[in-house]
Amino acid sequence: MAAITDEPRAARRPQAGNPAIRWVRANLFSSIPNGIITVVLGAVLVKALVSFVQWGIANAVWLVPGNDSSACRAVRGVGACWAVIPEKYRFILFGTYPFDEQWRPALAVLLFIALYYISTRRSWWRRELIYLWIAALAAISVLMWGGVFGLSFVSQDRWGGLPVTLILATFGLAFGFPLGILVALGRRSKLPAIRSLSVLYVELIRGVPLVSLLFMASVMFPLFMPGGFNIDKLLRAQIAIILFAGAYLAEVIRGGLQAVPRGQYEAGDALGLSYWRKHRLIILPQAIRHVIPPLVNTFIAFFKDTSLVLIIGIFDLLTTAKTAIIDPGWQQFSVEVYIFVAMIYFAFCFAMSRYSRSLEAQTTGR
Amino acid sequence: MTTDSPTTDGSRPAPRRRFSFALGSRELKGLFWQVLVVGIAVAIIAFLWSNTVTNLSARRITTGFAFLGREAGMPIADSLLSYSPQNTYLWAFVVGVTNTLRVAVIGIVLATILGTIVGISRLSANWLLSRIAAVYVEVLRDIPLLLQLLFWYVLMQALPAARAAWRPIEGVFLSNRGLILPSIPVGEGQLWVLGTAAVGCVAFYLVRRYLIAQQMRDGRPRPAWPYGVGFIVLLPGLVSWALGVSWSVAWPELRGFNFVGGMTLAPEYFALLIALVTYTSAFIAEIVRSGIQAVPRGQWDAANALGLKRSFMLRQIILPQALRVIVPPMTSQYLNLTKNSSLAVAIGYQDVVSIANTTLNQTGQAIEAIALIMAVFLTISLGISFFMNWYNARIALVER
Repeated sequence: MAAITDEPRAARRPQAGNPAIRWVRANLFSSIPNGIITVVLGAVLVKALVSFVQWGIANAVWLVPGNDSSACRAVRGVGACWAVIPEKYRFILFGTYPFDEQWRPALAVLLFIALYYISTRRSWWRRELIYLWIAALAAISVLMWGGVFGLSFVSQDRWGGLPVTLILATFGLAFGFPLGILVALGRRSKLPAIRSLSVLYVELIRGVPLVSLLFMASVMFPLFMPGGFNIDKLLRAQIAIILFAGAYLAEVIRGGLQAVPRGQYEAGDALGLSYWRKHRLIILPQAIRHVIPPLVNTFIAFFKDTSLVLIIGIFDLLTTAKTAIIDPGWQQFSVEVYIFVAMIYFAFCFAMSRYSRSLEAQTTGR
Repeated sequence: MTTDSPTTDGSRPAPRRRFSFALGSRELKGLFWQVLVVGIAVAIIAFLWSNTVTNLSARRITTGFAFLGREAGMPIADSLLSYSPQNTYLWAFVVGVTNTLRVAVIGIVLATILGTIVGISRLSANWLLSRIAAVYVEVLRDIPLLLQLLFWYVLMQALPAARAAWRPIEGVFLSNRGLILPSIPVGEGQLWVLGTAAVGCVAFYLVRRYLIAQQMRDGRPRPAWPYGVGFIVLLPGLVSWALGVSWSVAWPELRGFNFVGGMTLAPEYFALLIALVTYTSAFIAEIVRSGIQAVPRGQWDAANALGLKRSFMLRQIILPQALRVIVPPMTSQYLNLTKNSSLAVAIGYQDVVSIANTTLNQTGQAIEAIALIMAVFLTISLGISFFMNWYNARIALVER
């Protein structure tokens, strides 16, 4: 408890001596307990780093000939087996998608990334962005399904890996976002029936774990549908994820709506705008601007949560990773595969969280 | 609607607001939208309902909760309550709920402690400590919990077999059978002592409240800790001595292929607990950090100027103010942890969701099983929210 920063004391002292030494004294050895912390942590850190380097680099096996894991099994316990990654990466990234056609999901992934990148540029926040989204999502559907333009048809149950994760997350947001806006407006509506329906929806979805929603989607949807009518498992999960995203985003957007001053609503009324025009032109742009950082945080949480479809057996990135190591020869090297997949998830989430932080800095003007 | 009824005393009736059905009037629009939305919702529900009824009768599944009385027949590996597959589905559910609570309650306590430590470390003047805390938070927050859970579970399974178990401290074994700890068997006598201690806690709380009220009156501080020692330590100790209760520790030891004595945290439970605690602690750390940073600098300066002791300053000035910022978001983290405990199903720890899912597969009672899950989680969530709102109201700033 005693280690909390107050004014950095060294800053007030006269500046003298080597700046590097000064920095070390101020930041690592400012007091006796601090010095002890530094020494202990440093020792632990060095030890951890050394053993990681020994396991992960020095003793590691990087490549093996053929599908032969004996070299890996020889170093088991003392070295990592990164050879499992070059051996399995196509399956981890694209699942059982036909091997020769895997450039299509790869291109779809690149399209997704380009789409995200463009959407984060403020100069692109225009109406055209919506058309761009529609066009890109259509292009991705064509790439994944095929069946037109000379591309062979690939049915949904052969999709897998990273594209499935990105599809679940992106379509979940693309549909969940408008749904969230409607529900948020509904929750603030003066009409009691609409308000209570919105509250019921949000509270029911947020009150239960996503796992149980997914179970519901995989088990109960077939019960809900008329006989003979069967929707695909991926679509069922996608619907559950959209409903889930809608409820969470609605709460964030509601916060933004509450932050818009009354005068703005009155101004809209004074101009004689209709409810929808008032919200579309005046209220929503301000409300959403208020909550962009929490929105991005919700996106991150949501992106991670798509991994839960593993539980109902949909081949997203995490499921393909788990399946890749069922292979008896490679079974013991799941840690390496998990680290690889964790790095992919981390790259996406970390980029988003950095972005959220930079936006926060822009909007609060710090 | 607008017919004016004549009044008996001859005075002019109060002007009524006109309720007009003219096209485009506010009331009519409101009514229209409500009828439309409710109509759509009702239509969807009716459609789904009729399909469900048809499908259920086609599959010869009777609805209702009668199946709860039937024999469950499913094994539950790890439970606090005694259970055997001959028990009913209802009892299996109860066992599932206790398993969920066992993870959630202990997880919340540990995550709060760890998260607070990490959050304060991030603000440390020690550069190395604050960097490590920052990396910890960033890494754990940006990797899906399910992935972390599978990772921990794989590590647990990779631990040595029981015979070669790790012994970090005497009496503690870590092997692929889980974590084995020494335990203290609790019988009737021990329960009496624990009961006395609980009563002592309540008594101490009341005395402390009285002492604070006294201090408010005359400003003289009265230390409460002697009463604490008396009520919580000495009194139960006296009861223990009087009843002759022995507090022998059951040390686990390896006999044959398994451990005897002590208590075992199964690998599934242990992996789930580690994953939930570390993951949630990263979020709690951020909440604690922002809470402390929300306390104005002037408060630190003022406390420093008064020459207050560091610990006193934190305890009496900074933390109470930080708590006001911390408690509301903390509530949602607790709710998240509880809901996330349902990921247990991925590694085969039988929490309420996992047991409901097995029930659903065995009996086909999908609607009832999902309804039970919802009921359990809504109850737990409401319980946590209720408690946290009460706590929040207690510590909230009273503004005049």
